[in-house]
Amino acid sequence: MSLLKLTHVSAFYGHSQALFDVDLSVGEGEVVAMMGRNGMGKSTTVKVICRLLRNRGGSVLFDGQDIARLPAHRVARLGVGLVPEGRRCFRDLTVRENLIAAARRGAWDLPAVTRLFPQLEDRKDQSAGTLSGGEQQMLAIGRALMTNPRLLVLDEATEGLAPVVRQEIWAAIARLKAETGMGIVVVDKSLKELRAIANRAVILEKGTSVWVGDISALSHDITDRYLGI
Amino acid sequence: MTRETVLNAGLMTLLLVVPLAAWTFDEPFLITLATRAVIFAIAGIGLNLALGFGGLVSFGHAAFFGLGGYAMGILAHHAQTYTALATWPVAIEGTKSMPVIWLMAIGAGALAALVIGALSLRTKGVYFIMITLAFGQMLYYFAISWSAYGGEDGLSIYVRNGFPGLNTMDPIQFFAICYALLLIVLLSVNRVAQSSFGMMLRAARQSEDRVQAVGQAPFRLYLTAFTISGAITGLAGALFADLNRFVSPTMLSWQTSGEIMIFVILGGVGRVFGPVAGAALFILLEHSLGGSSEYWHIYLGAILLGVVLFARGGLYGFLAGREQADD
Repeated sequence: MSLLKLTHVSAFYGHSQALFDVDLSVGEGEVVAMMGRNGMGKSTTVKVICRLLRNRGGSVLFDGQDIARLPAHRVARLGVGLVPEGRRCFRDLTVRENLIAAARRGAWDLPAVTRLFPQLEDRKDQSAGTLSGGEQQMLAIGRALMTNPRLLVLDEATEGLAPVVRQEIWAAIARLKAETGMGIVVVDKSLKELRAIANRAVILEKGTSVWVGDISALSHDITDRYLGI
Repeated sequence: MTRETVLNAGLMTLLLVVPLAAWTFDEPFLITLATRAVIFAIAGIGLNLALGFGGLVSFGHAAFFGLGGYAMGILAHHAQTYTALATWPVAIEGTKSMPVIWLMAIGAGALAALVIGALSLRTKGVYFIMITLAFGQMLYYFAISWSAYGGEDGLSIYVRNGFPGLNTMDPIQFFAICYALLLIVLLSVNRVAQSSFGMMLRAARQSEDRVQAVGQAPFRLYLTAFTISGAITGLAGALFADLNRFVSPTMLSWQTSGEIMIFVILGGVGRVFGPVAGAALFILLEHSLGGSSEYWHIYLGAILLGVVLFARGGLYGFLAGREQADD
């Protein structure tokens, strides 16, 4: 059974429809790449998964449970960890506070997160706002891990980072895939790295999932048509 | 030690030394002024928990301050007139015991904050300000029209309430009680601020979505903070009424809400010790400027403008520098 299953999901911002028909499923230990050009509904889908936006049609199941009526914080407690777009840490809190403030019991604790991102250890008493972009991204991932999620949602985790920092983030995601049984949804634009790490891919076009399948089956033809690469 | 810690220690020492010196030189009025500052500081610390840490601009904290005052006034009134507060379903007598009165004031403040918070926290920004103001005004007019407890004239208590082993009518002893309570409140609020609840509260002020995404409900965080905030301000209200041996609807008026907010802003929003500095400065200004003109609030207004425009962190921001990440 899939950990997360979106079926025929539609969603609106006020009167304007952003999602028309999105299907997505993620199994335990599986990495699913969500792709699509800007404005096609990737971040909206992420919001629906985390219940920061209600879907109007379709169903969202987490571990077989319908989460449509649950508020966002309940879904987070069920085990959905979000790494929001734009490296959004709590700027006024220190690195350590960011990590422990919302921590929940489990395998991921401070030592485990600092093993994954040793840089955070050196910065632990600094306020998050003073970190570099890459460090903030690591902190945002660490914060999500500290809630010990079963599903990790990474929204544009490598966007706007220096190439060497991006590699560190990709390496961390690869370790998560190899060492944990977490389901992971990665929203990203770099096809090359996604091919190396993801099991499956979903491509969104105008709020609809137009292509779903193994990422190895993603042909140049399709990427050219939907992603422009 | 950071500059802020030094400042905290200096401030608390000053607040202790001034009344002690006044006691030595037999200047009871100065002791009363210091006691006022201490009580206002407690009220400000209460509001700061909601305003500074949670970003909840409550313009109705006079409600909790006044309720605390009336908790004291009503209990003491029944005790001094030897009438029962209630006879059914259980007999409740008035009391002149401070600890009991404090507990009632804290309870009244917390309960009122829980109810008012549960209703007004559904709104944000300007609406939140207006709704808390409206609740405050409701209680204000209710107190005015409730003639059983003095209505507009308020309630006078002839003898200050008692504390076991102390003579509360002696200014320095009453000051000591208030100062001890201030220390307890400061320590408790400091612990709350450092707890994971406190961190999430500060986090919620920055982004509610992100707080939800890590599994916390902002509404619950805010309501908890607002309730604790109301409880602390209620305690301050009981002490203030005891200091004056008088409680009137003025304690519930929106001007009082504004003054409590001024303590917080003058001192430094979101600093645990900020309201202590703010309240002390307010008393200092009230005393020094109040002597020169009946309209001293004009100068206070100018100073407040200056603080808001040029020293965003209040007195603490000015003296201790930018907020320390961890202190």
